[in-house]
Amino acid sequence: MKNSGSNENSLLRIENASISFGGVKAVRDVSFEVQKGAIQALIGPNGAGKTTLFNLITGVFPLDSGHIYFQGQDAAKRKNFQRVSMGIARTFQNVELFTGMTVLENVMVGQHVRTKTGFLGAIARLPKSRREEAEIREKAMHWLKFVGLDHAADSRAGDLAFGWQRSVEIARALASEPQLLLLDEPAAGLNANETGQLGDLMRQIRDLGVTLLLVEHDMSLTMEISDRIVVLDQGAKLSEGAPREVQADEKVIAAYLGT
Amino acid sequence: MNENWFDAMKQSWKKGLAFFVFAGVIFFAGLFLDNYFYQQQLTFIGIFTLLAVGLNMLMGYAGQISLGHAAFYGIGAYTTGALTVHLGWSPWASLPCALAASGIIAYIVGKPTLKLSGYYLGMGTLGFGMIMHVLFREWGSITGGPNGLVGIPSLSLWGIDLSTGRNYLWVVWGCVLITFFICDRLVNSRVGRALRAIHFSEQAASAVGVDTAKAKLQVFVFSAIIAALAGFLYAHLVMFISPGSFNFLVSVKLVAMVVIGGMASIWGALLGSTLLTMLPEWLHAFSDYEMVIYGGILMGVMIFLPQGLTRGVLDIYEKFRIERKQPAKD
Repeated sequence: MKNSGSNENSLLRIENASISFGGVKAVRDVSFEVQKGAIQALIGPNGAGKTTLFNLITGVFPLDSGHIYFQGQDAAKRKNFQRVSMGIARTFQNVELFTGMTVLENVMVGQHVRTKTGFLGAIARLPKSRREEAEIREKAMHWLKFVGLDHAADSRAGDLAFGWQRSVEIARALASEPQLLLLDEPAAGLNANETGQLGDLMRQIRDLGVTLLLVEHDMSLTMEISDRIVVLDQGAKLSEGAPREVQADEKVIAAYLGT
Repeated sequence: MNENWFDAMKQSWKKGLAFFVFAGVIFFAGLFLDNYFYQQQLTFIGIFTLLAVGLNMLMGYAGQISLGHAAFYGIGAYTTGALTVHLGWSPWASLPCALAASGIIAYIVGKPTLKLSGYYLGMGTLGFGMIMHVLFREWGSITGGPNGLVGIPSLSLWGIDLSTGRNYLWVVWGCVLITFFICDRLVNSRVGRALRAIHFSEQAASAVGVDTAKAKLQVFVFSAIIAALAGFLYAHLVMFISPGSFNFLVSVKLVAMVVIGGMASIWGALLGSTLLTMLPEWLHAFSDYEMVIYGGILMGVMIFLPQGLTRGVLDIYEKFRIERKQPAKD
């Protein structure tokens, strides 16, 4: 157990994370922490490295250098699917659903890491596997109800309206019972009404004890909902603090408006 | 919740009925079909259905193409052939060896190959299929070389000769039925959902915690074992095997069966293998134009029913039903 000198409340700690693609340094020496129970946002102009940072946290790419600690454990050594069982779940910027499967099945897949039935178990279908299957279905329904889509359980996921697809993706991520949920531009493509509902949903998720880290371009939503904001620009951390502090930071204003 | 339970019961009852009817059809077909040629045809369809349903698990459900599947079919056939002919083993002793050989080779080949995807996976498996074909042809001391392996014994069990047309038909279709049953259970399980998830978005599947490399390898091995079972049944049916039965064209034919019948449909594999086995027979009447019509039908199916026969027909049916349910909408 490595827990070098950070406080108890830190869920995720990123230390000097860097990665480059070809000659481009997409993320340079970024360090920050996410506190347990917080809603934290990651903002910055296009190309600032926000999604890349998400991909580093979830293990899509390996770090070039630096460390990622999750609950004091070195997450950087784990593969992406192992990080899900550690408690890190995510959604995608462009919504990546299993379009040909039903909405319910999508959320059922979300429980993959919390369930066990294997190849032989599926064929034998012993009482244990049957029970697990019933539980998976029940929990999936629970999460669908949570995001308000239980009525669409049997629809093909690809047939849903975009805003609903986003909710299914959130339900699917929640089904893995995460400690930390990463939302990549959850409000993109939503109308004002839907964005408001999304804000409520995020607070409800936080109230379940799930910590949220989001990348978001909708500034009014971000400023309203976040406890803390990290600003990136050209792969490096520019500023960090409460929404008010960040808004007042001259470096941030310069980065957004251009100097 | 109660309604869900009721629906689930109705679903599984329906499914049970489908299997029951299927088993009945096989039984009576065997009983009343006296023509040796037809029995043989039906048996071949059964063997190809096995191959198609196994490949469908890999292609239709997990979305991983294999252009070398005939190799596993051949491994099953040649393993049992070599063990029974050269070493005088009983076919029942060589059966587990044939399945294991195919499974192990699939594991070794699949481990690096399944890192590829799309066209590259197609090329990788194509290469593997060709290597195996060369091996079947050139490793004369074991495989009999291009002349083939002669003298493979027929199957018998407890004194009952299984090799007569009727009995063998039941053996083969019994295997098909069991395989259908197993595949159906797999598809509708945690494992099956993970495989389908990989098909739609491998990136998202691993982001929700599916070990995609492991899942793909498992289903690859599984489909290779089913192909080996088909190879075993084939070898003991015709009692003579030659490399030509396991070449690239056979692999392509298997892919065509899956695609024509309908990807991600267990019954589609049955439809595809039946159509592609029978079509050449039916088209004999057209003599010179046989291949033209054959190709034309395949093109027609792909243009008008790109989801394959089963899905395509079901979609038309569902569309029709919905239109009748809610007229004047839209």
